[in-house]
Amino acid sequence: MVAIPALAVEDLSVEFRTRSGVVKVLDHVGFTVEKGETVALVGESGSGKSVTAFAVMGILDAAGKVTSGRAMFGGSDLLAQSERDLAELRGRELSMIFQNPRTALNPIRRVGQQIADVLVRHGGATRPDAPREAIKMLKKVRIPDPERRAEAYPFELSGGMCQRIMIAIALACRPALLIADEPTTGLDVTTQAVIMDLIGELGRDSGMATIFITHDLGLAAEYCDRIVVMHAGHIVESAPSRALFANARHPYSAKLLAATPGETASLASLVSIPGGLPDLRRADLPACRYSGRCERLTDACAQPLPHKTVGERHDVACWNPL
Amino acid sequence: MLKLLLSRLATAIPSIAGVIVVTFMLTRLLPGDPAAYFAGLAASPQAIAEVRTKLGLDKSLPEQFVGYIVDLAHGNLGNSLSTGQPVVAEIVNRLPASAELTLVALFLAVGIAIPLGVLAAVKQGTWIDHLCRIVTTAGVSLPVFFTGLLMAYVFYYLLQIAPAPTGRLDAFLSAPTDITGFYLIDSILTGNLETFRGALSQLALPAISMAIFSLAPLARMTRGSMLSVLNSDFVRTARASGLAPRTVVFTYAFRNAVLPVITTLGMVFSFLLGANVLVETVFAWPGIGLYAVNALLTSDYAPVQGFVLAMAVLYIALNLLIDLLYGLVDPRVRLDS
Ligand SMILES: Nc1ncnc2c1ncn2[C@@H]1O[C@H](COP(=O)(O)OP(=O)(O)OP(=O)(O)O)[C@@H](O)[C@H]1O
Ligand SMILES: [Mg+2]
Repeated sequence: MVAIPALAVEDLSVEFRTRSGVVKVLDHVGFTVEKGETVALVGESGSGKSVTAFAVMGILDAAGKVTSGRAMFGGSDLLAQSERDLAELRGRELSMIFQNPRTALNPIRRVGQQIADVLVRHGGATRPDAPREAIKMLKKVRIPDPERRAEAYPFELSGGMCQRIMIAIALACRPALLIADEPTTGLDVTTQAVIMDLIGELGRDSGMATIFITHDLGLAAEYCDRIVVMHAGHIVESAPSRALFANARHPYSAKLLAATPGETASLASLVSIPGGLPDLRRADLPACRYSGRCERLTDACAQPLPHKTVGERHDVACWNPL
Repeated sequence: MLKLLLSRLATAIPSIAGVIVVTFMLTRLLPGDPAAYFAGLAASPQAIAEVRTKLGLDKSLPEQFVGYIVDLAHGNLGNSLSTGQPVVAEIVNRLPASAELTLVALFLAVGIAIPLGVLAAVKQGTWIDHLCRIVTTAGVSLPVFFTGLLMAYVFYYLLQIAPAPTGRLDAFLSAPTDITGFYLIDSILTGNLETFRGALSQLALPAISMAIFSLAPLARMTRGSMLSVLNSDFVRTARASGLAPRTVVFTYAFRNAVLPVITTLGMVFSFLLGANVLVETVFAWPGIGLYAVNALLTSDYAPVQGFVLAMAVLYIALNLLIDLLYGLVDPRVRLDS
């Protein structure tokens, strides 16, 4: 049986027009997320994870342009939709949680009101019912004393509480797809686990597909079914979490793993990845954007990137995989 | 909110005390000897000394200060030397003229600047954004007395579509019955449309001159503040939640963006209090600014003192109002105090 994925991103390219030139931030990116599946999008800072999410959501800022690709969601291409149709879907069918919950909430609006706004907008509740429904959502994300907290402003709540409010806003209308962009960065470890468990649990209950953006491979392995590795706007490898940990094939994935603290690796054995991301403004970017940092570089690497399937749902974009 | 009001009132008390001392000192230190001035050019030294005694200027400064405080406590700001009228009565009589002019100018400026700034930010880079830039640049580079003179020259002298710049009302129209002291409101309340039209046409040029002057900082602040809020994380959240564009721009972005605009509004208002003096002089507007200028020219210190005191109290009251308004919009201020 071939299931239709919840989201299929194909051939997605995004450029930013800036004063210092055109930045080719995403280059023919493609990945799928099945219904009910949790997929991690990992890569170091600047690799284009957030831009991928923003492009799918249709909330790139004005300088960003999608130059090719499709994002198939529920039978239609998100990238081809008008802003109006997309706004109908956002918050109802596909939702997003951001890093930095404190700044991601309106500072001068009561949090219950902010949840109610989304419910009312998408027909999840009528205006008079909305406050009660908002309190129900607060209960769902396990905020103690929800009636009182609904009246609070974000500055009266802790970071972890604010992130729960964000989750309540995102899940208020039971979306089919949730994109969580580093939802736990900046929270302490205990709160991190609570938030991740909450997202996982609420997602499982409703069969929601989740994209979890992080640079923490350890967190990705713990909570996700599959991992997609990004480097400088390319997807270099995608594999089931276990397969990636057992048998990473792309040199970059292997370096990332070696840089991740875990049960097997002691802190002392951690390796940092040499070099940095290439300057994406260059006109003569190499076919493989990792080639400048790669120890396995050969002449073959100048050819356009291959897409090799090396195992069950395990793809790698490299001429000389490990 | 009450706590905020009380704490702000408490901080206003030292300011008022300071103003009282400063106005007293300032007027005693002004150049010119009022006694000599009022005794007349040909007066003998004895005559001048007599006048000085009559005015109480022969006493020591501390004695004069105590007298001043006692008078103040009785609501007495002294009499004008040139007209003999009590200063308080004159200021109360003239205040509505200044207030009407300033408020109309301010409403005009706010009514244009805020929509202009919001539109310029929402439609960044379009013609409305360019218009906003031109208006703000022009407003900053034109001093208010120059705009006033230019407008009078063009609209009265050249085009003859504006009345002569000679006060609040044409000579052959009678002032409306005094209800609020604002001619525009009083003439409407008494159903006197002709007076209303007359008052409006007299008010137009000075009010527009002052509005142009205060437009620039308001529009610029609105645009800048709106732009930064539109780029903020919580507006992105609002968009990512699919909220309607109107909700995003007004309920989410504008309410946050208006905070620094309120602060600017307070600043602009205090600029306007100063600009009043110039505009009233240019348009012979019978307000307290003109009163103060005339008093200053004749070393008539009681009106000057009264004027400065009135302005300072107005300014403090205004800042209080701005603080309260700010607290009304921003829960962080309201709940912190
Ligand atoms: N508005 C923009 N204008 C120009 N370049 C941008 C803009 N937004 C993002 N970029 C560029 O796109 C690239 C990818 O950015 P992105 O935010 O997607 O990285 P990321 O993988 O999410 O990193 P992080 O882990 O730090 O969040 C970066 O090189 C960044 O400079
Ligand atoms: Mg990011």
